[in-house]
Amino acid sequence: MTTSYLSKGALSAGVGLTIYAGLTYMLTNYGFRFDIGWFLLSISPYQWALIGIALAVSLSVLGAALGIFATGVSILGGGVKAPRIRTKNLISIIMCEAVAIYGLIMGIVISGSITSFMTTKPEELALKYRAGYKLFGAGLTVGLCNLFCGVCVGLVGSGAALADAQNSSLFVRILIIEIFASAIGLFGLIVSILQSNGANMSD
Amino acid sequence: MKEDLVFNLDHGYAEGLCRGFRSGILKSTDYHNLVQCETLEDLRLHLQSTDYGNFLSNESNPLTVNVIDDRLREKIVQEFQHLRNISYEPLSTFLDYITYGYMIDNIVLLITGTLHQRAIGDLLPRCHPLGSFEQLGAITVADTPAQLYTAVLVDTPLAPYFIDCISEHDLDELNVEIIRSTLYKAYLEDFYNFCKNLGGVTAEVMCEILAFEADRRAFMITINSFDTGLTQDDRAKLYPTCGHLHPDGLQELRRTDNYEGVRDVASRYPQYKVLFDGSGTNTGDKTIEDRFFEHEVKLNMNAFLRQFHFGIFYAYLKLKEQENRNIIWIAECISQKHRARIDNYIPIF
Repeated sequence: MTTSYLSKGALSAGVGLTIYAGLTYMLTNYGFRFDIGWFLLSISPYQWALIGIALAVSLSVLGAALGIFATGVSILGGGVKAPRIRTKNLISIIMCEAVAIYGLIMGIVISGSITSFMTTKPEELALKYRAGYKLFGAGLTVGLCNLFCGVCVGLVGSGAALADAQNSSLFVRILIIEIFASAIGLFGLIVSILQSNGANMSD
Repeated sequence: MKEDLVFNLDHGYAEGLCRGFRSGILKSTDYHNLVQCETLEDLRLHLQSTDYGNFLSNESNPLTVNVIDDRLREKIVQEFQHLRNISYEPLSTFLDYITYGYMIDNIVLLITGTLHQRAIGDLLPRCHPLGSFEQLGAITVADTPAQLYTAVLVDTPLAPYFIDCISEHDLDELNVEIIRSTLYKAYLEDFYNFCKNLGGVTAEVMCEILAFEADRRAFMITINSFDTGLTQDDRAKLYPTCGHLHPDGLQELRRTDNYEGVRDVASRYPQYKVLFDGSGTNTGDKTIEDRFFEHEVKLNMNAFLRQFHFGIFYAYLKLKEQENRNIIWIAECISQKHRARIDNYIPIF
């Protein structure tokens, strides 16, 4: 990784300032001002839940997009000299698309749990915060899982298209690899549903 | 890993297309059919059923080997230029680097032709189309390398390679070959560094191929210079340093003065020992050039086993050239009715 002098300088300046600020707080007995708990509580649970939805949909779509362009371009290139591969290899594209659909489903499921609350009692507020964190976790899980799954299916699909162009018996075997790759996106979906279960924000 | 993710964005189509071209390279069954041809007409017929298709269909009878050579070259130039046209950076620079080798050959061809008083109109069609550049026709005007540089080559991509060659000696036969070797040495080292900077799988594949090319040139320069007036120091200046032989092997090669000495140097490197062992200077054996060609074909085939790198474009061009040489060899054997050594082509698949 080539880092230029500018980025190295910026990084060291940032680290230096952080150390300076931290030492100042610590040595002047104002360490209590650095309060993570206060920071977390001052973010509303709605914020967490809705960022969870955003991550679920956007990261899934990013993974599917990376996968589709990786595969689609190889199908185009390989299809010039071997036109028979064009239709069969659309299966890879469909498997990438499925990844985006998982993200869509989770987005809908998570957004169904978001309702308004009016209570101010701490023991009930705790439950609302719990719901917010659960929905954020669910969205992050499915988003990241689908991102990597989509990229994986796309790269394997690209290899499948090029191998199919050379030798048609290879396609079905590489498709099995793609099915395994697709399964990991499904894991993300399942865990995310379990996480968002029981996240109840209503009074 | 990051390169794998984004490689297809710019270069996926070119890679797919190049692999499609590669699947059209003649297989051993095609070669079996070709060696059994009795005339060049049969050859044309057999080539029609391969990926070549009807490329010879517009030629008038009788067919000659020169015509076949021209059409074969035209086809490969067309494919390469199509790949160059659809490529993005840094693949475009990579493909440009490949053409510099042909530019060097063209320059030397024109200078040699001028020395033998041939007209420029005869020489220009014989230049390789991949190595053409705008100032190519102006080369015949120059008398010394210094003039060649300042008048013609300073604006071309070959300018940095010419620094070592500038001298006030006149361009004559021996000098021209030395110029060719010096230019090629500078070009090979520059290409090697470029591939190394690209990093990733491209660097791994290309540096292997280019290191072999450098070592092969060192061996061939040594072997071919035994009976000429080239001194050992002059010879050492022509060895490319980007191969496995640098620095110890090149020092040893500098001091050898017969074929056995070269063999001894090669025996220190296991991959070259194998090549020299299988060859010989008797009439029945394979020559060392054939063994070098075989090894080059093997390295180029291995380039296709990995995905998401630029080496396949270089390997495809070299394999296609080898195939062209094979077809011309077979065609020559057929047309001269000298079928004893028709099987001496280098098989690719």
